[in-house]
Amino acid sequence: MMDTINILIFPGLIFTIILALFVAWVDRKVTARVQWRVGPPLLQPLFDFTKLMGKETMIPGQATAWLFYAAPIMALTGALVFSFTLWNANLYPDNSMVGDLIVVVYLAMIPSVAFMLGGLVSGSPHSVLGASREIKLLLGDELIIVMALMVVIIQSGGSIKLGAILDYQRTYGAVAWSPSGMIALILAILAMQAKLALVPFDMSEAETEIMGGTLVAYSGPLLAFFKLTQWIMRAMLPLLLVHCFWGGIIFSSWVSILAGLGKLLVFWVIMILIRNTNPRVRIDQALKFFTVWGGCLGVLAMILAMLGY
Amino acid sequence: MSLKIQALTRSIWVYHLATGSCNNCDIEILDCITPRFDLERFGIQLVGSPCHADALLVTGNMTTKNIPRVKAVYEQVPKPNVIIAIGTCALDHGMFDGSYTSRVKVDDILPVDFYVPGCPPKPEGMIAAVAKLIAQLRQ
Repeated sequence: MMDTINILIFPGLIFTIILALFVAWVDRKVTARVQWRVGPPLLQPLFDFTKLMGKETMIPGQATAWLFYAAPIMALTGALVFSFTLWNANLYPDNSMVGDLIVVVYLAMIPSVAFMLGGLVSGSPHSVLGASREIKLLLGDELIIVMALMVVIIQSGGSIKLGAILDYQRTYGAVAWSPSGMIALILAILAMQAKLALVPFDMSEAETEIMGGTLVAYSGPLLAFFKLTQWIMRAMLPLLLVHCFWGGIIFSSWVSILAGLGKLLVFWVIMILIRNTNPRVRIDQALKFFTVWGGCLGVLAMILAMLGY
Repeated sequence: MSLKIQALTRSIWVYHLATGSCNNCDIEILDCITPRFDLERFGIQLVGSPCHADALLVTGNMTTKNIPRVKAVYEQVPKPNVIIAIGTCALDHGMFDGSYTSRVKVDDILPVDFYVPGCPPKPEGMIAAVAKLIAQLRQ
């Protein structure tokens, strides 16, 4: 009974979706305040989603229809399984399985793969361009995420269990408060920026350049699924950072749960501010940034972590 | 009023289609989303693809060369949608009346729901049109 509630209501499906809608609203509101505007009302993402569910679905003539339908469902499924794995590790740290840190890294990649797939089969030159950029970007940012998580693994005594990482941080303090953890956290935030397609690394969805990139041919409910996936990932990837670098969310009382969600919002607002104060870089600049600067800093952080700093 | 229409009136995504305008109306449309007017308060956003749009803003005097392109864009806008003709040129050619490049008007080609006159119309005028549009959709 408790398991069913945990999976379907709190902190599973329904709570994740509510959190995702809230996070999407925070994004638009903070962006509006940075630009000295008023910004949309609290329920705006819900209105957008409901409206898209009621619209007509159009399949482009050149598209491969079954893949065009399958890609948004695959994206949403991947994002939801990713969120369940993370919540489970936060809720029952002792219960998490061996190697679920690696599983989580792979699950976080599934929505990106689905976006690419949707872009490649929809038959529009803009979306194919967006998909090819997303593939290149994935090569850069996965390297950085793995390096940053390696620092966490080394610090917590070589464990690849999400639960064990949480236990280590609850005994010895958060990973982010050590020099190597701080470097890894900064790198991880930049890599998340690329994974969530936020400026400066939003070249796969550049609205002013290739008109929404991978999503350009999608409409109606399929677009709504992709938008919801994007919002869920925008809530869950900061949660992964909170989990690995800042002690996770402690489910003992309402105050500690709210404090944990506050940590999540701190990371998210930092990402929004980076997004609003930077220009878009080109894909080759982003790859060079990740492989050269990101790679060097990542190796430095790993060496520091091995030396015990 | 159905849930579908209620959600639509609170989140109108706009695609902006210039059919041979002098660019003045287009600049005034962009003014509507600047900090002074901020139409995002009402959930109105500019989108880059006609497949995402709920409202098609048509400006310009519909040159002959543009007619097939305008039809192609209109076919990609999913239903339910609205079409708004902006500026005097889109209404009846304005100062280009009698030109050999444009023999038809916007509403000969597209089923226009709303007309906003002016050369160019002020952002206040367009916001008034949007308010009337929402009121009419809700009935």
